[in-house]
Amino acid sequence: MQHIFQEIMGKYNYWLYIVLMMIGLYGMIAKNNLIKKLVGMNIFQTAIILFYISIGYKKGGTLPIIEIPHGHHSISPAAIDIDKYINPLPHVLMLTAIVVSVATFGVAVAVALKIYKEYNTLEEDEIRMRLRER
Amino acid sequence: MHYLDVVILTMVIFCAIAALSIKDLLGTAILFGAYSFMMCLLWAIMGAVDVAFTEASVGAGVSTVFFVGAIFRTTRRTRD
Amino acid sequence: MKKLGLFVTIICGAILLYATGEFPRWGEVRSPASLHVSPHYIKYSVEETDVPNIVTSVLADYRGFDTMFETTVIFCAGLACFLLLRVFGRDDELTPEEEKGIFYRHLPTGIVIQFKKEDVEIRHKDFEVVDSKLVPYDLIIKTACRVLIPFIQLFALYVVAHGDFSPGGGFQGGVIFGASIILLAIAFNLRSAIEKINEKLLGILSALGVFIYAGIGWLCLLLGGNFLDYGRLASILPVDPIRARALGMLGVEIGVGIAVMAVMIIIYINIASAGRHDEGL
Repeated sequence: MQHIFQEIMGKYNYWLYIVLMMIGLYGMIAKNNLIKKLVGMNIFQTAIILFYISIGYKKGGTLPIIEIPHGHHSISPAAIDIDKYINPLPHVLMLTAIVVSVATFGVAVAVALKIYKEYNTLEEDEIRMRLRER
Repeated sequence: MHYLDVVILTMVIFCAIAALSIKDLLGTAILFGAYSFMMCLLWAIMGAVDVAFTEASVGAGVSTVFFVGAIFRTTRRTRD
Repeated sequence: MKKLGLFVTIICGAILLYATGEFPRWGEVRSPASLHVSPHYIKYSVEETDVPNIVTSVLADYRGFDTMFETTVIFCAGLACFLLLRVFGRDDELTPEEEKGIFYRHLPTGIVIQFKKEDVEIRHKDFEVVDSKLVPYDLIIKTACRVLIPFIQLFALYVVAHGDFSPGGGFQGGVIFGASIILLAIAFNLRSAIEKINEKLLGILSALGVFIYAGIGWLCLLLGGNFLDYGRLASILPVDPIRARALGMLGVEIGVGIAVMAVMIIIYINIASAGRHDEGL
């Protein structure tokens, strides 16, 4: 019983992130409106970025900016304690992911505007009906 | 600090569910901006300040403006 | 269809939840993700590149190739938005009869007149162009934005220049600068923003940003090193090789900032006016 409680207290964060990912995935699949599908895609992307950032977190760690003591110009590698700074590598990868997500969102909105200009609706089943009638 | 994490995570999940179920697209845009801002807070709590800065400027700034621009040029109500 | 989607989502969630059984505890100090490459970046970032912000030094120096292609992705997104949406010439069949023509507001009295003749413009300081959805005259918003926009741009330049020492960098500064021009287009109207920064200049700026980044890499290749090896810039700049790496990083961050700023403005103008560049939000 103690073991299961320790397990839950150590990992409930991961479970909440997975719930958020699945909300985004369900929104992408099951919603009818094109703009709602885009919102679902963005929720999915930010939930995955949240999961990655949480991998690099260390309890008791501080920001990944090296503190140089006042007056010195540089600091030697032996004086830096690794356990004091959180892991900066997931942050770097996720910065690129955020940039790519905003670029994808911009292009997807442009495609949605073109679809609206052609079929005058944004609901997926109505678009499919009008495609069949052509 | 520990409880702030859980409270903001719960609010994030409620924002996500609400943004997908509401029928007015302008409300979806505002809730989407709020979701993005709360994600930025979560990352700032976890110490990822560069990522939080980027998400604040991109998600809660520019991405919401693109969304509202798209709604302005198409419809505002949706059936589902 | 919805039930099938729900079923697939639940199965996927269950598999992921089962996989978390193998993860280390959340916030563990000695987790496997932090033990292989990251200690080298944390220990040697200041000694090898003279930049205290580890995220900037990894992004622009140790993993500079990824950032170069990320800038190319942003440029391609701006290009795609332009190619999808831009229409030249006016769609005269689509606007209804009462919205045709240009609307002018006479500033001292507040009367709006609609001018249906095509080729004549009024250029008097008492008349200003308004959008056809009849936006009301808002002195407070215009004055507040006129005061705020220079400070926002100054802050954006600060964020780009101090990416080495505090959170920030090229991308964040570029987005903030682009957002200040978008604020100008929302508070006033879209035509006055396009008059200040026209389409050709935006296209040139977005390509110039990518060119600066690849150009610095190519310059390092010409000076005898590898591509994007900033230490070789020490032979043309009067600094030692470690400081030259920090200066090379500043140069590429400026390139990224210019490209991102131009692309954000291009995407906003094309979405808000549906390609016609006449009136926006």
